[in-house]
Amino acid sequence: MKFFDKVIGDPMNRVDGKLKVTGAARYSAEYQLPNLSYGVVVSSTIAKGRIRSIDSRAALRAPGVIAVISHENAIKVPGWADNEHPTEPPTGGRPLRAFYNNRVYSNGQPIAIVVADTYERARHAAMLVKAEYEEEKHETNFEKNKGKAVVPAVVKKNPKSGLADYERGKADAYKTASVRLEAEYVHPSEVHNPMELQAITAYWEADDKLIVYDKVQGTKPTQQAFANEWKIPVQNVRVISEFVGGAFGNGLHNWPHETAAIIAAKMVKRPVKVMLTREQMFFMVGYRPYTWQKIGIGADKDGRLTGIYHEAIGQTSSYEEFTESTLQQSKMMYTSPNIGTKYRLLPLDVSTPIWMRGPGEATGAFALESAIDELAFALNIDPVQLRLMNHTDTDPEKNLPWSTKYLKECIQVGAEKIGWSKRSLKPGGVRSGEWLVGYGMGVGTFGAHRGAAAVRAKLLANGSVVFQSAVTDIGPGTGTAMVQIASEHLGISPEKITFQLGNSDFPQAPNQGGSATVATVGSAVVATCQAMKERLLEMAPSADKRFANLKLEDVTFDKAHLSITRSPSVKVAYTELLKKQNLTELDVLQDSKPSQEASKYSRYSFSVHFAEVHVHPMTGQVRVKKVVSCADAGTIVNKKTAANQMIGGVTGGIGMALQEDAVMDHRFGRYVTKDLADYHVPVHADVPPVEVYFVDKPDYIVDPMGTKGLGEIAIIGVAPAITNAIFNATGKRIRELPVTPDKLI
Amino acid sequence: MIQFQYTRATAAKAALDAISRDKTAMFIAGGTNLVDLMKRGIVSPERLIDISRLPLTDITTEGKSLKIGSLALNSTVAENKTVQQKQPLLVQALNAGASAQIRNMATVGGNMLQRTRCHYFYDTALPCNKREPGSGCGALEGFNRMHAIFGFSEKCIAVHPSDMSVALVALDATVVVDGPKGQRRIPFIDFHRLPGDRPEIDTNLLPGELILGVEIPDNRFAKNVHYLKVRDRASYAFALVSVAAALQIEKKVIRDARLALGGVAHKPWRLSEAERALVGKPVSESTFREVAQLAMKGAKGFKYNEYKLKLTPNAIIQALKVASKLV
Repeated sequence: MKFFDKVIGDPMNRVDGKLKVTGAARYSAEYQLPNLSYGVVVSSTIAKGRIRSIDSRAALRAPGVIAVISHENAIKVPGWADNEHPTEPPTGGRPLRAFYNNRVYSNGQPIAIVVADTYERARHAAMLVKAEYEEEKHETNFEKNKGKAVVPAVVKKNPKSGLADYERGKADAYKTASVRLEAEYVHPSEVHNPMELQAITAYWEADDKLIVYDKVQGTKPTQQAFANEWKIPVQNVRVISEFVGGAFGNGLHNWPHETAAIIAAKMVKRPVKVMLTREQMFFMVGYRPYTWQKIGIGADKDGRLTGIYHEAIGQTSSYEEFTESTLQQSKMMYTSPNIGTKYRLLPLDVSTPIWMRGPGEATGAFALESAIDELAFALNIDPVQLRLMNHTDTDPEKNLPWSTKYLKECIQVGAEKIGWSKRSLKPGGVRSGEWLVGYGMGVGTFGAHRGAAAVRAKLLANGSVVFQSAVTDIGPGTGTAMVQIASEHLGISPEKITFQLGNSDFPQAPNQGGSATVATVGSAVVATCQAMKERLLEMAPSADKRFANLKLEDVTFDKAHLSITRSPSVKVAYTELLKKQNLTELDVLQDSKPSQEASKYSRYSFSVHFAEVHVHPMTGQVRVKKVVSCADAGTIVNKKTAANQMIGGVTGGIGMALQEDAVMDHRFGRYVTKDLADYHVPVHADVPPVEVYFVDKPDYIVDPMGTKGLGEIAIIGVAPAITNAIFNATGKRIRELPVTPDKLI
Repeated sequence: MIQFQYTRATAAKAALDAISRDKTAMFIAGGTNLVDLMKRGIVSPERLIDISRLPLTDITTEGKSLKIGSLALNSTVAENKTVQQKQPLLVQALNAGASAQIRNMATVGGNMLQRTRCHYFYDTALPCNKREPGSGCGALEGFNRMHAIFGFSEKCIAVHPSDMSVALVALDATVVVDGPKGQRRIPFIDFHRLPGDRPEIDTNLLPGELILGVEIPDNRFAKNVHYLKVRDRASYAFALVSVAAALQIEKKVIRDARLALGGVAHKPWRLSEAERALVGKPVSESTFREVAQLAMKGAKGFKYNEYKLKLTPNAIIQALKVASKLV
């Protein structure tokens, strides 16, 4: 593959593409079990207080209604009994317990579920449930309560946590730099709005046997969570999540509607299907938290950074701590000898946030990459040059060499492809008709993580191979990538390979999240292929004695045949070996975990995004005209799905920069922009041509395929690229997202 | 959504009879707004009378006006050659509204009758005088970024969301209706009303009346029109501010003008005084700046929509510049 190969080439189509476009793929709300009933969640309309009573009489009289379940009549979840009467949540908190007591912790919290024989009847009856409350004073206003931010409990417990205050050199050294600035940045709450709404179908096969078809990012972690809740053996819980219609992090946590469905299924003794409404997605299944940041940054006159100080306060709920690595990029991206970071949390009477693509790193990069741009302007240095000057050749935080890092190359190619040379150092210097033209860039980085996983493979007599893993595919094309890896490592064409996933009965895999799936599960596929090849070689002498006493490296595995590398005419088909041994199948299960060697390196993926933006000076309207994104993500397994991820990340970044804003009316502690008419995400007309380039150089420190994660770096750095371009176009520095037209006139 | 009866009317007369017999009934055509309102429990008709098959879809020219049936689809009107030729401003406004899919369902009559998109109106857990008279206006002291700067009352600061109606009010359209009082004609400018003390009433259409169509008198604006819609994204969003501008220009002098705003009031906001001020003036940016200032007389912003006091005149200037081909 060529270095910086533009993404048009020989990318394999998605193995499940046809199923998805024909509607044959089944999502969690699409399983029609016998005797199925439908649950609709009733949400609180106050932000804090106690439920005095729930009047379900009208709902119970409504046609088709089977049950109305609330804290007044819900069965007790056995796993919650260990901590039955806490006056306050434990340190660090815990997830909200559905129908546990009469407490209301946030507006829109589930307070009841109506179960009926059809979805429409359940939805109608849910509107008839009336709750009376004893309201208490709520605090939802971040800006008003900012002073009450606290050290995260996770840091109190573990002062060595990556979220603890960090100092390298002197945290406030920037204050004495010859060129310096301080700025505050605000990122509003952004709500998860994947195409597929959160949905679960729960079914108790027996008193202690649970099946859930659930929209999650990990079948195994969910299986464990529900086994703990219901105190049943883990193998008695089966979690199926075969197709996920986008998740972006919101399936990394089990939410109260899931337990509500399971409680309801137990009580009505029928399968219960629950699908949230779009509005409910805003209130109970996580969001990117409102985050305030402050950066102090300084450099000498030549542009060498002398200090960065980065502080962040993120919002969380009053009952559960949510933290993310907002400040990580500031610790290791640039060469400054002096770095300080400080991370705090502000608990409010809102629901718990959760990771949203990129997660905290994307929020943090908005501040850091904006500040770098502001500094470049103050220094009168090109932002490309400033970043290259302060590039780190080793990780300054961990004092370790990078496993691989090709960020410089990314920056150089990106600058060329966007036409950076047309950029004026002075804002407002370029016009296209009436429109002001600006160019901006933002850099992103995210840990190249790899976890442990196991994969099973079965070679069948007809020559096909079925692989199995509990991993989910939330959209990036995991199944497709795994088929490609398996094809290469087993010497079998992709058409012969099936990769089954999304079922907790399959071998262990972690959540799909943190850009780690290809590295984690792909490595297990490689290990399984290796183990299968060993088995085939053991069997080979039964077909041809010349294979006796050979080692793997003496043998070529290609086109479903083994051959002796030095005498290729000596070959035997895999299926022939099964026949000789009278086997109907060859079953191999292998696990895989990161190497010790990897810990000697600092492992990150890198990206850079360049944007050309036009701004209308009279109306404040912004049009992103072109984006060029370059990624250093190791080996690219599938250039089509990888480019698809990058384009999706850029689209999310455009939303972050220009549109997404979950606005709360603090008098009620309730969102007011809570449907897709008011909560804007980019439409096609907002997304320009996105050119994607990959370095495509392997990183074998991370994993045997040489891959590094891609999902997060696709969005990290996009928003500041756009806001920096807006500054370059207009001279206006908007530090509070999103940058809507009203802020630019 | 409550249970409701559904009947389909085959003639206008039958539809009028059906609605006169049932006070809880409502007409439904494209349903692009009504169905949402029903799902959210904002309106609860016990009977829906489907008028979408009534023969009120014709687009014809008669004498010196263009007649558009109330059940003509937004997309059909926008694609009609006669409309494109005679009333390009209306075409621009229609195409600025909603999405292609919605325009394929929405009718002209339904577009006029769509309810406000105020956040408080749509959330039954929050106060709204329009939805529940006497409950208070949530937006007045709340998140009022999308709200009115003209013609509002203490009871309601919501805006009318239609784009099409902004063009129709500018183009001196007339609404033709039939009902208990027989057929009558309502000038478009009087069709929608200001909130006053009765924000629950959006229009002067009487209970039991059916819109038959709209008529637009011929004009000489076709060469110099522009519908400018400023919104939070490139498509599929309601207007922060929109401007319908139509000019008749002879030898660089404005002979006649029409100007109306959307997204600023409880009704499409016609700027008659500004129109008069344009007549006889040369086409120039300074003319447009003066007129834009005049148009803002009486405007008042709230906490989150102060920006409209600047964006609106900017948008007026910009729309006039494009209409007059200054840019």
